[in-house]
Amino acid sequence: MTVGPQPFAALEAPACVLDRANLDTDQIVPARFLRKPRSAPDGYAPFLFRDLEGLPPGARPAEGAPAARILLTGPNFGCGSSREGAVYALVDAGVRAVVAESFGDIFRANAARNGLLCVRLSAAQVAALMRSVTASPQARLRIDLPEQTVAAPGVAPMRFEIESFSKQLLVAGQDEIGFTLARAAEIAAFAAQAEAERPWLVPPPERLRTAP
Amino acid sequence: MPPEDATAPPRTLFEKVWERHVVARDAAGNELLFIDRHLAHEGSFHAFAKLAERDLPVARPDLTLLIADHYAPTRGRGAPIADPEVARVIDQLGENAARFGLSLIGLSDPRQGIVHVVGPELGFTLPGLTVVCGDSHTSTHGAFGAVAFGIGASEVAHVLATQTLWQRRPLAKRVRFSGRPDAGVGAKDLVLAMIAQIGADGGTGAALEYAGPTVEALSMAGRMTLCNLAIECGARFGLIAPDRTTFDWVAGRPLAPEGAMLERALADWRALASDPGAAFAEEIAVSVEGLAPMVTWGTSPEQAAPVTGRVPDPAELPTAAKRDAAAQALAYMDLAPGQPLEGLAMDRVFIGSCTNARLEDLREAAEVFRGRTAQVPTLISPGSSAVKRAAEAEGLDRVFRTAGVEWAESGCSMCVGMNGDLVPPGARCASTANRNFPGRQGPGSRTHLMSPRMAALAAVTGALGRPEESAR
Repeated sequence: MTVGPQPFAALEAPACVLDRANLDTDQIVPARFLRKPRSAPDGYAPFLFRDLEGLPPGARPAEGAPAARILLTGPNFGCGSSREGAVYALVDAGVRAVVAESFGDIFRANAARNGLLCVRLSAAQVAALMRSVTASPQARLRIDLPEQTVAAPGVAPMRFEIESFSKQLLVAGQDEIGFTLARAAEIAAFAAQAEAERPWLVPPPERLRTAP
Repeated sequence: MPPEDATAPPRTLFEKVWERHVVARDAAGNELLFIDRHLAHEGSFHAFAKLAERDLPVARPDLTLLIADHYAPTRGRGAPIADPEVARVIDQLGENAARFGLSLIGLSDPRQGIVHVVGPELGFTLPGLTVVCGDSHTSTHGAFGAVAFGIGASEVAHVLATQTLWQRRPLAKRVRFSGRPDAGVGAKDLVLAMIAQIGADGGTGAALEYAGPTVEALSMAGRMTLCNLAIECGARFGLIAPDRTTFDWVAGRPLAPEGAMLERALADWRALASDPGAAFAEEIAVSVEGLAPMVTWGTSPEQAAPVTGRVPDPAELPTAAKRDAAAQALAYMDLAPGQPLEGLAMDRVFIGSCTNARLEDLREAAEVFRGRTAQVPTLISPGSSAVKRAAEAEGLDRVFRTAGVEWAESGCSMCVGMNGDLVPPGARCASTANRNFPGRQGPGSRTHLMSPRMAALAAVTGALGRPEESAR
């Protein structure tokens, strides 16, 4: 399942409440699965939250049904290891957005490049959304990325902040490699000047290649 | 070297290094950063697959170094690897090196070891550089005054294709330690105390500069331990201004500049310090007066206490989130509120990882093992093959072997268990590594983080205890 990220616009979907703090990327996808290629038909979906116990329905894909497309969770989600497999597991399981008070910085960077939206709200706002979903589990949350809003039944629409760069990547549904490659000449000129000023910026090639 | 502009506003060390690397800036303030050094391990296969999909070459093969560490077998090195998937990812690293024309340090290379130990050891890491790796503990290299940070596979692919990254500049915060800790307290204890104070997300969005006399007195090994654990409070970057200790350590490394070029580099590096009056987003003061060795009791690095202390009562913690997290952690760790930490029995000991497996760490452990016997299965995996040879030259391996300790090859080993070095379900492991997350060392494993001295003591007594020096 190595399709590129899907462009993100508006999303209306049921949500799952996983109210735990500090859900690190080892818990999202245990290390023993990271050697797997992502090319299997269901990608990394089977590894999502694999060792976690007491999960609510919808947290993991089950019986052919995908996981809930929106995850409401506790602070510092995705802290720890830089493994992008954590994002693959969520995306491959059908999750399109995670709503939490805070996220690990590397996780958030990985998410934006794979079509997974990280919505940061205050603790009180996340709690209000969790109450709304707990009260009516079938209710649908609406997340509008261009407008930067989240709405839920019985909760006033909330605005969230997101870095413009992440927003661009998500709306376009692509990573930035092509965009940056268009500046290759500018990058090469920058490097040439820096290396002329500070020649130690380039390690001696023969010594790099072989053991002394 | 042009003289510093006396009218320029004072800048932090982080800003100085960062600003040197900005290729371009967009209207929204995102910056395209040139990357001087890229380290990659076996997990990079996801990133190389992205490159292959688009048929892209590596932009600067001379600035990337591939090293086998995460899946490296620590036993029976040289024999075929039993697990075909593990063998495959290690083979793929070599295949990608050949295909993209990159330098490789494979399993049989005498330089092999953990990326964050080998990079500095070779002089691949230098002051003032930008260093990235698809590994969150890349913050380690900040100990040299480098801007070093962990990235995911998509960003690894971006670095390979362009030698740059688009970033938003994080806030620079400064950490100062004050007071005199107990004897036997080192860098690991200082940084665990800091994380316990500010929390596992207390550094999110920030670059932490460690400063002050306590930090300046640390060796490079201690400084690397401090910077290594920056990510455990959420900070993607940790850094320390390079000084005489740094320069002495770097000079003579195989990839470091020599002769006249070294003199030029030193002149440049000496300017890499925060200017007086430079503004930090936050000043974090950590008092370590009388601090006893630290040990984690929970499943987040913030859940740590002095070994002389007790497991906290979740009900007494300040916020609902901390109370819930502590209650879950105690259930997972099979601990009771109020239980003393001293005397807690350990089933396993692991001394290794990018956090604490350098020669100095092994010497510290050997002091404890000398003339004693390990009471529980103990594994020592040196941070690199060079560290292993140096330890053997000093006879440390004989101390360990005589104590009944397993002296293994270098790799990430039991810190993350990807190579099969696992802690059994339910077993309690005293570990010198960096993460005590549920299942980190294997499904159901229970990890207590501590210094090499404390881990060695746990090995010879079978329980958490105070080093004799501090018990006096």
